[in-house]
Amino acid sequence: MGSLKEVRSSIEEAYKKKLDRPRIIVGLGTCGMAAGGTKVMAAIETEVEKLGLDVDLDFTSCIGMCYAEPVVEMGLPGAASVVYGGVYPEDVAQLIESHMVNKTPVTDKAEIQISAGGATYEGIPVMEKSPYYEKQVRSVTSRLGRTNPERIEDYIATGGYAGLEKALTMEPQEIINQVKISGLRGRGGGGFPTGTKWQFVADAVGDKKYIVCNADEGDPGAFMDRSVLEGDPHAIMEGMMIAGYAIGANEGVIYCRAEYPLAIKRLNMAIAVAEEMGILGDNIMGTDFNFKLRIKAGAGAFVCGEETALLNSIEGKRGMPRVRPPFPAHKGLWQKPTCLNNVETFANIPFIVRNGGDWYASMGTEKSKGSKVFCLTGKINNTGLAEVPMGITLREVVFNIAGGIADGKKFKAVQSGGPSGGCLPAEQLDLPIDYDSLISGGAMMGSGGLVVMDEGTCMVDVAKFFLNFTQLESCGKCTPCREGTKRLLEILERICDGLGVPEDIDTLERLAKTIKTSALCALGQTAPNPVLTTLRYFRNEYEAHINEKRCPAGVCPELLTYAIVEDKCVGCGVCIKACPVGAITGEKKAAHTIDASKCVKCGACVPKCKFDAIVQA
Amino acid sequence: MSTVALTINGQEVTVPKGTRLLDAATGAGFFIPTFCHDENSPNYGGCRICVVEVKGARNLVASCCAEALDGMVVETESEAVVEARKTILELMLANHPVDCLTCDKAGDCRLQDYAFRYDVKAPTLGGERKDYEFDDSNPYINRDMNKCILCAKCVRTCQDVEERAVISLAYRGFNTKVAPALDGNLATSECVSCGRCVSVCPVGALTYKSLSGKTRSWEVAKEQVTCTWCDAGCQFDLLRKNGKAVGVVAKAPSEGRPLCLKGRLGLELRYNDEPMAPMIKKGDQYVEVSWAEALGLDEIIEKLK
Repeated sequence: MGSLKEVRSSIEEAYKKKLDRPRIIVGLGTCGMAAGGTKVMAAIETEVEKLGLDVDLDFTSCIGMCYAEPVVEMGLPGAASVVYGGVYPEDVAQLIESHMVNKTPVTDKAEIQISAGGATYEGIPVMEKSPYYEKQVRSVTSRLGRTNPERIEDYIATGGYAGLEKALTMEPQEIINQVKISGLRGRGGGGFPTGTKWQFVADAVGDKKYIVCNADEGDPGAFMDRSVLEGDPHAIMEGMMIAGYAIGANEGVIYCRAEYPLAIKRLNMAIAVAEEMGILGDNIMGTDFNFKLRIKAGAGAFVCGEETALLNSIEGKRGMPRVRPPFPAHKGLWQKPTCLNNVETFANIPFIVRNGGDWYASMGTEKSKGSKVFCLTGKINNTGLAEVPMGITLREVVFNIAGGIADGKKFKAVQSGGPSGGCLPAEQLDLPIDYDSLISGGAMMGSGGLVVMDEGTCMVDVAKFFLNFTQLESCGKCTPCREGTKRLLEILERICDGLGVPEDIDTLERLAKTIKTSALCALGQTAPNPVLTTLRYFRNEYEAHINEKRCPAGVCPELLTYAIVEDKCVGCGVCIKACPVGAITGEKKAAHTIDASKCVKCGACVPKCKFDAIVQA
Repeated sequence: MSTVALTINGQEVTVPKGTRLLDAATGAGFFIPTFCHDENSPNYGGCRICVVEVKGARNLVASCCAEALDGMVVETESEAVVEARKTILELMLANHPVDCLTCDKAGDCRLQDYAFRYDVKAPTLGGERKDYEFDDSNPYINRDMNKCILCAKCVRTCQDVEERAVISLAYRGFNTKVAPALDGNLATSECVSCGRCVSVCPVGALTYKSLSGKTRSWEVAKEQVTCTWCDAGCQFDLLRKNGKAVGVVAKAPSEGRPLCLKGRLGLELRYNDEPMAPMIKKGDQYVEVSWAEALGLDEIIEKLK
């Protein structure tokens, strides 16, 4: 292929024409499919055929509003397109008739509208002004939910590969300088300055260098890398190619966990079509630059997200971390200098090259530039994907974007940074989200998962949950992590079971400190964080479990008892039917009783009682 | 040769560039414990018992992997270091049978030595303990994975021989263990009973079956002997108890010294006053054979007749 500009104009024209057609687009990211998007798509196809409508049907990736899946976008020429949420096959006929035939949007199902210059509708929030998107800045996620990720034309028509095209006219050092100016820090969580890393690899001596993309996102509650991989695969490839040109590498590997089959499928498609078009391979865009790319599917070990364990895994070895130094920049894949960045880091690169480092640095805080994609999960109203400027507060994210706590409950904590992050309490809600502030609060940026917890969450139980995860996922190489997390977990289990003793808190702190300071890799060094931060902010809950044998949040089953308040019980017998073990007895119209020795504390009786006569104590 | 100057425990030390902290410190007369460190396959850094405090470093540093750098200020027995080592020993002991009274490795066990040095008297952490079946399937090697501290020296030393790699680390987290293929036993594996793994095990997880229950380490006198069955010249220790030769054990293998069963058996026959009858794997079974067959001497003996 010669200049991309030659093909770009025709692609752009076709893309514009496509936007000027009546169209229905279904969100078919993994979240959309899981919510039933594929069935919705089938229902739409049937309905369109039945009515004989002249409508383009297409699909896209996740737009970010996972809480509203399945999501369907409908657009008519000259008008804003409307994104409907919670669309099920039975809704399809009415939506199509109203929106596509009668040109009247169904306001109560509409989440947002995207104007793109077209006329807007009354009563539907415009995307940029809607509660979910108002505080967001979309660059890495700008194509998510907007383009078809399986079509390179959509990518090119929306500015794709313009960054690579520009980069190929620049001196490699000039590109590295722009990345340095941008202030971009590694989005995998560690936050190492990307430009500095690239410089190390560029300066490293080696006959062969590699680019490796870490797409082994394994944190519970994190799916930003998956969303970008599924929604914009070419952006990652473009970022890797630019990196390859900048540091002098002609080969790249994307290490993607096998649990992301859709991401792997779309990456494979993207690689094949880019090779076909001369964007990837030999003499890229008619230049001397060659770059080949392959995917390595990881077998699903959390530790393989650790960069040196990941390199071992690519080499076919057991995924265990290597000691550093030497760092991968000097001795990485096959002992050659390797530039290893994560998905989001690479996806930022084309924007930085196109718009310049200064543009990127204008967003964010002094030491954390640009934007960050977060996954909002837990007890919130709006779970989903949000790209926000660095420096935004936790409060804005939880209460504005995520829509606050679900079911009118009170906020208790937000867990930032995956299983090895920390739980921050309400007092820390005004903490700006940037690398250093989160660490000062005892948490960390991690890859970008935010798990919100409400008053019904037991913080000892939360620490137990995360320690269970890290214990199972420890690679077993180093003693503090392998043995230490096991003992931490056992102590937490004991406390939750009401068997804790006052010395346990000291033992937890002592073990946590040793693991943190002496473990081999970041998995072990950060594994005690959930224990340390919950002890720091919620120590009273530990003390209640140990000293009073009481779980303040009413979560730990061994510490709960159920009783019937005699005055309130009308003897209706509903609870007797609900109890799976026959622990409740009583005559009709007389107060019932619960036999504590039989009760398995499942709590099934509580919601069934219309008279609030059953209490937890 | 360029050198670097650093301070270890307040003492100025000058070492060649590229020297590991462990070597710099031990060379200067300071003690640093190690389990997983192996000169023949360095830079593993798994057990963490050798951590030291380096001024300015975020965490404690594994001295077996870290390079000594100019101007470094190192403490090998600071409060933080001792605390970490004690905790690591406690963690190992929480999951290790404390049967030192009858353990074949008593007196020659690093875990025992370091527990004594750092005053770790008994398992204090409690909790689940491993409960693996004792593997005595191989006629030469006893494998007690409950005693394994997962330093992986056996794995690495086995993998250093081309086409051997009989054992590997398996599973994750607390369930991590050293295992032959498909987590079987040694007898059903491709193990050739060379004993490299036994020679590097720092605890009682791998021991020689022929010596089981026969000697205490402090009762035997060691005499170094060199094998002459091939040109590798592997070194062994001949063990004598009350003047009687009771066994031949391999010294740690080094580069170019493969160790093999035939060599060890040859030495057993030559030196041991009461050698056990040799066993050779035929098909899936170990069977007792003549010394001539075990050592591959049938043909030569026939010719000598």
